[in-house]
Amino acid sequence: MTDLVPVLSATWGSEQSWSLDTYTDAGGYAPLKKALGMEPGDLIQAVKDSGLRGRGGAGFPTGMKWGFLPPDDGGPRYLVVNADESEPGTCKDIPTMMSAPHALIEGVIITSFAIGCNHAFIYLRGEVVHVYRRLLQAVREAYEAGHLGKDIHGSGFDLDVTVHAGAGAYICGEETALLDSLEGRRGQPRLKPPFPAVAGLYARPTVVNNVESVASVPAIVDKGVEWFTAMGTERSKGMGLFSLSGHVTRPGQYEAPLGITLRELLELAGGIREGHELKFWTPGGSSTPIFTQDHLDTPLDYESVGAAGSMLGTRALQLFDDTTCVVRAVTRWTEFYKHESCGKCTPCREGTYWLTQILKRIEAGRGTEADIQQLLDTCDSIAGRSFCALGDGATSSIISSVKLFREEYEAHVEQGGCPFDHSAAALFDYSDTPATEEAHA
Amino acid sequence: MTATADKPAAEVVDTVTLTIDGTEVTVPKGTLIIRAAEQVGIEIPRFCDHPALKPAGACRQCLVDVASPAGPEGKLRAFPKPQASCTMTVTEGMVVNTQHTSEEADRAQKGVMELLLINHPLDCPVCDKGGECPLQNQAMSHGRPESRFVDVKRVFEKPLALSSEILLDRERCVLCQRCTRFSKEIAGDAFIDLQNRGAQQQIGTFDEDVLDFDGYRPVGAATVDEAGKAFSSYYSGNTVQICPVGALTSAAYRFRSRPFDLVSSPSISEHDSSGSAIRIDHRRGKILRRLAENDPVVNEDWISDKDRFAFAWQNLSDRLTRPLVRKDGELVEASWPEALAAAAAGIKAQTTGDDARGAAVLAGGRVTLEDAYAYQKLARVVLGTNDVDARARTASDEEQAFLGAQVAGTGLGVTFGELEKAPTVVLVGFEPEDEGGVVFLRLRKSLGRQQVVAVAPFLSRGSEKLGATLVPAAPGREAAVLADLPADVREALAQPGAVIVLGERAAEAPGAFAAAQDLASSTGARVAWIPRRAGERGAVEAGALPGLLPGGRAVSVKAARDAVAAAWGVDALPSAKGRDTAGIVKAAAEGTIGALVVGGVSASDLTGDVAAALESAGFVVSLEVRRSEIAEAADVVLPVAPPSEKPGTFVNWEGRLRAFATAIRTDAMSDHRVLDLLAREWGVELGTGTVEAVNAELAALGAAEAAHRPAAAKVKAPARNPRPKKGAAVLATWHQLVDEGALQDGEPYLAGTGRVAVARMSAATAASLGDAVSVEVSTEAGAVELPLVVTEGMVDGVVWVPVKSPGSWVARDLRAAAGAVVSVKGAA
Repeated sequence: MTDLVPVLSATWGSEQSWSLDTYTDAGGYAPLKKALGMEPGDLIQAVKDSGLRGRGGAGFPTGMKWGFLPPDDGGPRYLVVNADESEPGTCKDIPTMMSAPHALIEGVIITSFAIGCNHAFIYLRGEVVHVYRRLLQAVREAYEAGHLGKDIHGSGFDLDVTVHAGAGAYICGEETALLDSLEGRRGQPRLKPPFPAVAGLYARPTVVNNVESVASVPAIVDKGVEWFTAMGTERSKGMGLFSLSGHVTRPGQYEAPLGITLRELLELAGGIREGHELKFWTPGGSSTPIFTQDHLDTPLDYESVGAAGSMLGTRALQLFDDTTCVVRAVTRWTEFYKHESCGKCTPCREGTYWLTQILKRIEAGRGTEADIQQLLDTCDSIAGRSFCALGDGATSSIISSVKLFREEYEAHVEQGGCPFDHSAAALFDYSDTPATEEAHA
Repeated sequence: MTATADKPAAEVVDTVTLTIDGTEVTVPKGTLIIRAAEQVGIEIPRFCDHPALKPAGACRQCLVDVASPAGPEGKLRAFPKPQASCTMTVTEGMVVNTQHTSEEADRAQKGVMELLLINHPLDCPVCDKGGECPLQNQAMSHGRPESRFVDVKRVFEKPLALSSEILLDRERCVLCQRCTRFSKEIAGDAFIDLQNRGAQQQIGTFDEDVLDFDGYRPVGAATVDEAGKAFSSYYSGNTVQICPVGALTSAAYRFRSRPFDLVSSPSISEHDSSGSAIRIDHRRGKILRRLAENDPVVNEDWISDKDRFAFAWQNLSDRLTRPLVRKDGELVEASWPEALAAAAAGIKAQTTGDDARGAAVLAGGRVTLEDAYAYQKLARVVLGTNDVDARARTASDEEQAFLGAQVAGTGLGVTFGELEKAPTVVLVGFEPEDEGGVVFLRLRKSLGRQQVVAVAPFLSRGSEKLGATLVPAAPGREAAVLADLPADVREALAQPGAVIVLGERAAEAPGAFAAAQDLASSTGARVAWIPRRAGERGAVEAGALPGLLPGGRAVSVKAARDAVAAAWGVDALPSAKGRDTAGIVKAAAEGTIGALVVGGVSASDLTGDVAAALESAGFVVSLEVRRSEIAEAADVVLPVAPPSEKPGTFVNWEGRLRAFATAIRTDAMSDHRVLDLLAREWGVELGTGTVEAVNAELAALGAAEAAHRPAAAKVKAPARNPRPKKGAAVLATWHQLVDEGALQDGEPYLAGTGRVAVARMSAATAASLGDAVSVEVSTEAGAVELPLVVTEGMVDGVVWVPVKSPGSWVARDLRAAAGAVVSVKGAA
């Protein structure tokens, strides 16, 4: 049995967990002082040695990303924190910033020091105004405490942090679209190369890191590489937040070493909703192929999940029990991708538009057998063809659900309607009211 | 004068060798896969890709399979998914398999094709693009015979008018972003951009109410650009041409024709001195549209909207098809023999006998090299006068001497390519956007790599778009400013390749040519003369200036005259000093000229009293395409062909010969042929019956030797700034590209994109008028009243108005040119 390891979430239960005092009392900002006494190169090496991998979904080694920055040419270089958490199911960064914003800010300062950045940006999803306020307050507190500003704690290191609220677009979680948006342009992905490490924000060398990745840095500095590498599996080191949502007794954030299994997590979370069984789940958010009961013992690390045909992603475990119509769930996700497609490339823009219409037809019982094949064909025209990875993500749940639950799609076609009682799946009072016309296509 | 190709550039380029569909190809490093494939004749379908625009990778139609050597052993490693060939550059040893050899690539392309079509309307039968549409062609050759899409298509209100000329049907749009990229990258007029997202993403316009027009509002309905300035782009028509579907159309061509009914003829635009290559599409003798032809050394892929849309003028109801002879005070149609005889008789009556007065020839700046040659030869051989001038604008002896010494017969000088690569360009009496056509686009191409310095009364929006810095100069003061340029500009001019550009308005600034040449010799910069009209350089080459014979020979040099006389087989050429256009008009008005031969001149372009000149001249022969003001006052009118109906040559500002053939065959004759026939009435074989004959003569004459060229004129530059009294200002003025010039008649949609006429003044000058919202600019001859726009950084004591825009016909109404002191009065 794997135990929880509250590191980022250690102080979440404290009174006024978001305040500087609470954070400092729990040992916060001590790692900063330690880091300021180190050589930046040693910090980068430590993060490299820790094996910390990007917690935003792709899992790219964080230290290596820092190491891609070209040698200092005297000009500015930037750290941009990707806090545009927007995917259905993914809900780890927002609680982190809500409950312990200083963990992020301390991570920002140490990371900036390591990579030689004097102006860092936190690009926050625009809708979460309460988190925006928390971050602004935390940054203000950090300035007042001398953790930010000029000559931080006498180290000679200067750092300013700008918290920027986006306008609410999923695409801005894609790092180059985020940079365009941050520069005041329309948020659409850029051509790569050049990669952000070479020409990122304002065409200067830039590191773009996820909130959780950056917030993990102080602990690594504080407790050491060995402590971190002792957790996790061979190539997926350390701990991570596992966000359980859906038909689970105690949904929430479970911080545990990578490699923990859903079975273990479910035990900690009180199991699936009483009287029901797990039907399917996403290991890493709605952009990852779905899993079923067969994957309860799959270690939740990058390699094992990948080998099982999905992706660890953002460890957003959305759990669905046997009352859930998979077609309905997939339709909702696909509507999200249609709504959030940035429109730049044909496959994602047109494909998600088409997929949504087919899925809605099937779900309403107006689909045909050919429509199921059409779904797969259209997914085939999107996956691997789109400009950025978000197009691929839109197809994951469709392809995997047709593969795993084809008979359920067929049942919709044969019965001319959905075989499920939707109110049974709901966690609240629910009745099937006629769907209102969508105002925003 | 004979060079027609750009000068060869000896550059060593790094190359990369790769294999595409089994064919090995070596291309320069940095080449995109899609371009490399073109070199071996493999066409990869594409929509967003355009060779002149930065890669976008948006449409995904050009996906191909790519493998490249990786690892220490260089083993081929295939990319896991198909790659966009329009964004990926080639690498050594790369192996590319296109739709021809890779099933995966073919499947990917077909998938994208299907997706592109799901929201595309099936309105090809009524779409202007139908028949020449890349999407339609691609769908026909590679698409499914029947759509699998049975759901609801996205629709938009249509069309969205971006300007009076450019219309957008959004439901046809495939969002390739060619138009938005063109407007940002090439023209610098970002008037449209992507809006909304997903399937609702669309090309949209900016909000006029939120933003401000800053005095650049167009005449017609229009949208604003991202800076809040009115979309009054002079290059917007290019977006219609590069649109790979029928989403962008022009009001002028919309629903007029099917491409397969059109006959296409290559030609050269008659609208400016760039000599842009165009394609004339016509049907049953009528021009339906004009397009840009790719000419890599001149206009590349682009033309101005004037080049594209201004062609209706020649087929208006006032088009002349038969000669007219004045009988009993009325112009009546006559046969050619009758009209030619009447013309000759009329001229002879005025120029012979006891009360003989002279004859003079005004050729206008719009005629071809051959026509200009014929006009001056007629003047010198038949009429015995040097009173011939093709410069229907402010001209000076200083300019003429410069043209004779430095321009005529010098062949290819500074080229478009060299202008683009020049590290520094100083503009004198020249506004690239308004007066240069595609010259502006070439300069803009070097934005950020080139320092542009505008010697002008204020920094125009066109100059702003070039990132130019202003060296303020009141009109007429350019020479003194050039002599005293800031040190950093001088230094910049000393860089190899720097260019000083003199426009037609340099002739309005006494001493400017000498000052520019002094500057050139002291810094090593080169000088380029970029006139505005298409025929100007050709007229200089042909000698259609009072003091210049063909090839830059000076009339004042006897040896030069003798050489030309010998070539022409005449005893001698007239040696008396000829008058320029203004001089001819003045002399005619004073009654000292008996006969006038006028071709292609708009009376309203001249500051002189043209009406009086026509009245006082005993006999006027007009060669015209349309019944112009001058034709109406003439005694004999000889109809001539517009450029589309004749062959000929324009010499562009580079000195490049831009020959064109007849696009539409009619029985209209060129000026040179009509003049050849007219000369026969005197028993003279002018030898200008055909283009070939004229060019043979020009070739035989060749360029003048140095000793035969005119000496530089001694002109004193005005010593100090004019200090206009209260209520007066120095007039600054130039033509806006889209204005009320005669060659833009009959095209209301284009006219709507022209900029509204305003009067510009500095804040201080404007303040002296009190709380004025408009300004009345007046001279003894008349007045114009225009809205006042206070212009930052403008020279004090100067008022700028456009030369010939709606409500502002400076030459006709003020009888004044730049540099004149005019009265200004504010109006609330």
